[in-house]
Amino acid sequence: MTPLAGYLLVAALIFSIGLAGALTRRNAILVLIGIELMLNAANLNLIAFWRYGPHPELLTGMMFAIFSIAVAAAEAAVGLGLVISIHRHAKTTDLDQMNRMKG
Amino acid sequence: MIRNLDQIFVLLQHWLVSFLAAAWQGAAGVLINAAAIVCVFPALFAVAVWLERKGLGRMQNRLGPNRVGPYGLLQPIADGIKSLTKEDIVPLSADTVVHFLAPVLLVVTAFMGFAVLPMGRNMVLVDLDAGLLFYFAMGASTELAVFMAGWSSRNKYSLLGAMRAVAQMISYEVVLLLSSVVVVMMAGSLSLTKIVEAQNHYTWGFPHWYIFTPWGLAAFVMYAIAATAETNRSPFDLPEGESELVAGYHTEYSGFKFALFFLGEYVAMFSISGLGTTLFLGGWSAPFSFLTWVPSWIWFFSKLMLSIFVFIWMRGTLPRLRQDQLMNFAWKFVLPMCLLNLMVAAVWRFMGDGWLRWFVCSAILILAYAGMGWSELRKKHIGPRSYRYAE
Amino acid sequence: MSLVFYLIAALTVAGGLASMVLKNTVHCALALTVAFAGLALFFLNLDAQFAGFAQILVYIGAVAILVVFAILLTKGSETPKDGVFSRTWLAGLAVAAAVFAVLGWAILHTAPMLPGATPAPAVTVEQIGQALIGRYVLPLEIVAVLLTAALIGAVIVAMHEKEGTK
Repeated sequence: MTPLAGYLLVAALIFSIGLAGALTRRNAILVLIGIELMLNAANLNLIAFWRYGPHPELLTGMMFAIFSIAVAAAEAAVGLGLVISIHRHAKTTDLDQMNRMKG
Repeated sequence: MIRNLDQIFVLLQHWLVSFLAAAWQGAAGVLINAAAIVCVFPALFAVAVWLERKGLGRMQNRLGPNRVGPYGLLQPIADGIKSLTKEDIVPLSADTVVHFLAPVLLVVTAFMGFAVLPMGRNMVLVDLDAGLLFYFAMGASTELAVFMAGWSSRNKYSLLGAMRAVAQMISYEVVLLLSSVVVVMMAGSLSLTKIVEAQNHYTWGFPHWYIFTPWGLAAFVMYAIAATAETNRSPFDLPEGESELVAGYHTEYSGFKFALFFLGEYVAMFSISGLGTTLFLGGWSAPFSFLTWVPSWIWFFSKLMLSIFVFIWMRGTLPRLRQDQLMNFAWKFVLPMCLLNLMVAAVWRFMGDGWLRWFVCSAILILAYAGMGWSELRKKHIGPRSYRYAE
Repeated sequence: MSLVFYLIAALTVAGGLASMVLKNTVHCALALTVAFAGLALFFLNLDAQFAGFAQILVYIGAVAILVVFAILLTKGSETPKDGVFSRTWLAGLAVAAAVFAVLGWAILHTAPMLPGATPAPAVTVEQIGQALIGRYVLPLEIVAVLLTAALIGAVIVAMHEKEGTK
């Protein structure tokens, strides 16, 4: 197995762990943590392909990963602001209880 | 001979490494350098503790410790023995794993910053291309350790102290980064060895240190303010203010763990002063061109101890800032001045050599500072001092 | 596949698993920090030094602290009465397992076609700077506007509403 395949497998594993957490946990903040793990796994994929790809001197993969880090930080900030605002209104962050649009 | 004295530690390391087989020499060299750093800076910590207690005492019109040894010189050893032999009390409801790991993480991240500081000619542990970025990354990790300490103690005072400390450190981290970016812009590299090399030139005997330029002086003042706030020193020491919060985030720590927090705070002070001397005061270069025969590491450590003395001086002189006052100060005054400083540095670069750029850049900075200060002071109605006595 | 790779992989996967499984929310956030540190070590192993240090500075120095503050402000450190996993946890786990199976099959199936070990690219920070101002100046400016908008938006969303008319 080539080194690149190893990195891609680890990235896929972290991605699915993050996805499992985002889909099964009740607390809204833990869903956001799962999303951050998924974004990080995608970054690992990008850097691995940049390193073992055909033209690393073009820096495409590294640039993409750096912009992805910046955008993920912005998204985490806004998402957590939303969670705090919801908590102020509904007094809970339990996603199973936020079902007023159901049925 | 002078060159040998300058490179004495490098030659010592080469001599020690030459005893081993060729395959082990690389790793052994790095290990010896790292061990030297881990031994030298705690020794300097003992000196700094003594200096602080005597210095503060004298500034407060009292003698410092003077019983243990002549002039109290053995006091740090007594303090060390005391903290090592005290009982290690952990609260019953505290989170034991996090409570244990917090001081460890703090000390580890504080020591990591020394890996990129050039302490003399050819005396840097790792010459990273993105050295300054590595330093700030380690500084950012320190905040998490502070939070872990405060939260794991399950104590309202600790948590409050930790939240205040983290909010303060995050605000001043931005100021620290922006005031260092000006130096990076003018030196053209993030590598600290190249920044020192760029300052190691002399005109008519005077050095080209960045503090001797208008934008460099402004950036150094803002860097110094941010450095005192990052290490939670007076006048920004509300998180550990003894009269307010018992002891802030290290309330529930006793014995060796408290000594580790203390060590971590002083080591962070050394490392941030080291970075300040590297960026603004020319690192290991001599102040005048006729003094270059003095070894470079002597200059670096003298500048470092001078900065520590200024820290102690500020602690003994200035009153504490309230939390909202210090956050206000950071975001509304220092940050706009940092951004203006960046533009002034760009103007400096594009005006070319000559006396005109000195005049223009100094004028812009002084006018901005005076203008903002005047507009802030106008809002405060400072009347005559009034007293209320208890009846 | 060297020993260093396996050690870092073990650290990262353990951190990720712990952050999704633990009951105490603050422990989850701290395990997430371990996962971020593991990823930064991966980046350093892949000779992407700038990305590695930027990961530590942004994720551990800012995002982890943001998550921890949000947990404290929403009283997340008290363990909930009904358990920490939602009622439909089996479906979520099945979906995640299916995604991993598909990705894993794709990787292993195309493994012989992937490029092998190549020499390390020598990337200096100056090249990254030139690329940011040269080829990628439009994304740079857009990210600047995006960050400003996110900053203002987050402050407005999380701000206390003033009493009375506003």
